[in-house]
Amino acid sequence: MTNKFILARKKGMSQIFREDGAVVPVTVLEAGPCTITGVRDQKRDGYRAIQLGFVPARDKHVNKPQRVAAEKAGVKPYRVLREFRIEATDGYEVGQEMTATVFEIGDVVDVIGRSKGRGFAGTIKAHGFAAGVASHGCRNIRQPGSIGQCASPSRVFKGVGMPRHFGDSQVTVKNLTVEGVDEERGLILVRGGVPGAPNGLIKIQSAKTAPAAKAEQPEAK
Amino acid sequence: MDNIILELEKQHLKEQVPAFKTGDFVRVEYLIREGKNERIQPFLGQVIRLAGHGLRKTFTVRRIVQGEGVERTFPLHSPRVVDVKVQRGPNRKPRRARLYFLRGRVGKSAQL
Repeated sequence: MTNKFILARKKGMSQIFREDGAVVPVTVLEAGPCTITGVRDQKRDGYRAIQLGFVPARDKHVNKPQRVAAEKAGVKPYRVLREFRIEATDGYEVGQEMTATVFEIGDVVDVIGRSKGRGFAGTIKAHGFAAGVASHGCRNIRQPGSIGQCASPSRVFKGVGMPRHFGDSQVTVKNLTVEGVDEERGLILVRGGVPGAPNGLIKIQSAKTAPAAKAEQPEAK
Repeated sequence: MDNIILELEKQHLKEQVPAFKTGDFVRVEYLIREGKNERIQPFLGQVIRLAGHGLRKTFTVRRIVQGEGVERTFPLHSPRVVDVKVQRGPNRKPRRARLYFLRGRVGKSAQL
């Protein structure tokens, strides 16, 4: 169930020591404060979602449609507006504030971000092809090599790896655990890596397919 | 690095960091778990390296066990590293920061 969600900025990585001395690699996310700027309901919109506003916008960054939409909703304009699909919209009202504290330690979350753009990348970077040998007179070092057979089938199969634009695409990392929440600074620490560059926009939401309550296992053994 | 992260890491830093340098012979008091009990297991040796900074600072201690060189790297700020006691300093001040040259040496030539 997506029942918790927030927008955040990736700040970078760090590590923390658990009480037993185990080192946990974490990504620091600066989450919120977000304001609910819209509620989409089944009857009117055909789907259920909550729209969150993040980063208040100065006047010069707001165009007229954005301004009017904000005025109608009775909220300030925001630079970032994103919707989160949810099961039920009960209890959510326009104008509500959300901070990092919606999450707590132990929550399992999916993190959605935009990966770093690599530009037009070759097959080695984009598809993990092997590189040719750099010596022995071989001149095929980073080239893709053969892309198929000969007269039969006389064509290149669909899906063959080619140089292409790589990165700068939406990436979801599933089932990361929340390792810490800093109420004062509005930070959420998530175990493991998160897509995107520092200061990149990140959506955090409760995991859709959480592993069966792994964290709640009693301390056996 | 981002200031937010540095500030965050400050909370996890030890307030009192044991003072020692490369070349010092130290006794590292390391908390280990044996079944349900915890006890301190000392590791004695010579510090050959300090690496990293802030929360990620680590140090490497080298000693000879049964004729075999053993090195262990400890995170300085780990709660498992209870204390590092300097037993004695180096016989001569080391001229380099990382004492890797000790690795190939035994006995008298392993002195600084």
